[in-house]
Amino acid sequence: MHVALEEVTEVISRFEDVIIQTICRLLIPPIQLFALYVIAHGHHSPGGGFQGGCILAASFILLVIAYDLQEMKRRMSEKVNIIFCSLGVIIYSGIGLLCMLLGSNYLDYGILHTILPVEPAEARSLGILGIEIGVGIAVMAVMVSIFLNIASGGEHEEAEEFKE
Amino acid sequence: MLITGALLIYATVDMPDWGDANSPANTHVSPRYLEKTIEETATPNAVTSVLGDYRSYDTLGETTVIFTAGVVCMLLLRRSQK
Amino acid sequence: MDTFEFIIGKYNYWVYIILMMIGFFAMIAKKNLAKKLVGMNIFQTAIILFFVSTGSKSGATIPIIEHGHGEAAHHAVTVAHYINPLPHVLMLTAIVVMVSTFGVALALLIILYRKYGTLEEDEIFDAIESARQEK
Repeated sequence: MHVALEEVTEVISRFEDVIIQTICRLLIPPIQLFALYVIAHGHHSPGGGFQGGCILAASFILLVIAYDLQEMKRRMSEKVNIIFCSLGVIIYSGIGLLCMLLGSNYLDYGILHTILPVEPAEARSLGILGIEIGVGIAVMAVMVSIFLNIASGGEHEEAEEFKE
Repeated sequence: MLITGALLIYATVDMPDWGDANSPANTHVSPRYLEKTIEETATPNAVTSVLGDYRSYDTLGETTVIFTAGVVCMLLLRRSQK
Repeated sequence: MDTFEFIIGKYNYWVYIILMMIGFFAMIAKKNLAKKLVGMNIFQTAIILFFVSTGSKSGATIPIIEHGHGEAAHHAVTVAHYINPLPHVLMLTAIVVMVSTFGVALALLIILYRKYGTLEEDEIFDAIESARQEK
């Protein structure tokens, strides 16, 4: 039986597509969980806001590479992305303003022990945690936004290079 | 390029050795950060406590930088649909 | 010997300076704009590594205080046991600045490519000159 070379390569490329899509579908939730773990454990192990935000953005970019650009737009649309960009900076400055409203200097978390039932040293630790969450959200949203703008060249509705 | 490289290598003669514990970079203010990080911030990770508490203003400027870069990319590349 | 100890003590700086010069050479000697951008990235990475290497101490561990939580939290910390956390903090900021400039530079390259159709430096200069002389 004579099978043409073009048919064989087409079947192989479709088969590779299925492999990549299945593996990415299995891998992306653990990657996001690991990113949240890195952000939350910034106090006791290497990590923090910037590192966890980059890993979270990498999971979304993996979704774009394995599937279509429109698939990722369905999970996180452009409007939600822009809201997350500013939300991170607002959380950061908001904690600083809250410390200033309570009577101390800007971004001086020691004063938070008056509203939370912890000691002043623990209040600083919680302030650092809040800041890292804000930074992680901002870094994730900006990295995904830069990738979307550069990969599609600005026209988000007709993204040709990722359509199969 | 070779002249710049030669000048830079000549400048490293004065610099402290690799792994020196008494160099000026290691003895100015970082011993204070390492000693006081548990009792003042309850954070064993010295890098996070310096980044988030002792030098948190720089981290605010940092977040502003990456936010500005995201906005600039959006402004440069988005075209309004005609 | 004295020169041998001198080389052992300084060779990390020399390696990073060689990496810096490779990136510098790519930035000034290549004609393609994308290659210049890659050279800039190499240069910035070499500078970050250089700064981080100035904060190391021989025989020391990472700057996370061991047994730092719980009942043994208030005991004296030997500073010489942990490496200097300050260059790591400053270089975190530098890495984020590196990523931001790379993203903005790529966006500018896309706009240039759309307008002139090429990414070679001398062809773009010729196109600008001829557009100016037509006016």
